[in-house]
Amino acid sequence: MILLQLFWTFLKIGIFTFGGGYSMVALIQNEVVEKHQWMTSCEFTDILAISQMTPGPMGINTATYAGYTAVVNSGLPVWEGVVGSLLASLAVIILPVIVMMIVYGYLSHHRDNPVVDMMFRILRITVVGLIAAAALLLLSEESFGVPGLNKQFIVSVVLFAAVFSLSYFKRTNPILLIVVSGIVGGIIYSF
Amino acid sequence: MYWDLFVSFWKIGTFTIGGGYVMIPIMEREVVDRRKWLSHEEFLDNLSLSQAMPGVFAVNMATCIGHRLGGFRGVIAAIAGNILMPITIILFLAISFRLFRDNVFVEHVFMGLRPAVVALIATPVFRMAKQARITWSTLWIPVVSALLIWLFGVSPVWVILAAIVGGLLYGTYSAKHKGSVSSEGKGSVE
Repeated sequence: MILLQLFWTFLKIGIFTFGGGYSMVALIQNEVVEKHQWMTSCEFTDILAISQMTPGPMGINTATYAGYTAVVNSGLPVWEGVVGSLLASLAVIILPVIVMMIVYGYLSHHRDNPVVDMMFRILRITVVGLIAAAALLLLSEESFGVPGLNKQFIVSVVLFAAVFSLSYFKRTNPILLIVVSGIVGGIIYSF
Repeated sequence: MYWDLFVSFWKIGTFTIGGGYVMIPIMEREVVDRRKWLSHEEFLDNLSLSQAMPGVFAVNMATCIGHRLGGFRGVIAAIAGNILMPITIILFLAISFRLFRDNVFVEHVFMGLRPAVVALIATPVFRMAKQARITWSTLWIPVVSALLIWLFGVSPVWVILAAIVGGLLYGTYSAKHKGSVSSEGKGSVE
């Protein structure tokens, strides 16, 4: 049952993803954390960390990992989790691929249609809001600790500010930032 | 041919860490410079189409190039190559991570990297806002979208649908009333 639900959910996620991996992350987060509550926000953040650090498109990685976690969290065995992850990855690509194959010939000749052009322009603008919402939803106590003058919250805010500035202004490699933050956490919280 | 497609996209999928856009230069080197499957201009055409269409950018690129070279089977070969290693690696990590999750040190490491991950999701918001050339007159669109999703729990699917319908309606309207709206007709959203 959850496998069917998973397939349907990721079909939707695939076809409504416009503008790259981060908007897919926003859709996945909304479906698997907020709507279906297949995992906690914390688990989802961990999945994102691993998806960003491993090879391949981030959208596919997140879908694969989230599919696995959703199934295993519902108490099913590992092999069904594997099936779930494969279903999620397949579902997320199948509709866009069909659309691509249909429009490939057509769109190359009708690129200048002003109506279609306006639609894509509005979509590009809207996706920014989608990702903003995902970021806001992830700013949770689960990931940052309870707000106040305690060790975890202060360290979290400092790490957040540092990583944001480095990645936005200096375009520092995200993998490096994740690895360093992990090392910092491992050291600070262990002593 | 199918094998070459598979191998090329296997390389592209396996050796690019950090998402679709990191793949662009590596993909271009592979399919334009090395294999000479496409000219630079064709590559750019496929690129803009893949960015505009729904779905995962890298998979869309694989679809374009696979389709052009080998039809439906070409698509399958390119996509299979592209996602084989990422899926294998993720599955391996997903299964093994469950074994270490309760380790105190691992939890400490993740307490450190969670805020970093959230910051990395916040970064593209501002970067993409620039690229989408949001003006004061269009600022309400992402703000309202974000608030609907964040505070009111509206599904992003509805927000995207509204954007598609709104964009088509507005495009039709401005095409009628202002003659042609070029892609640079930014002032038309007022």
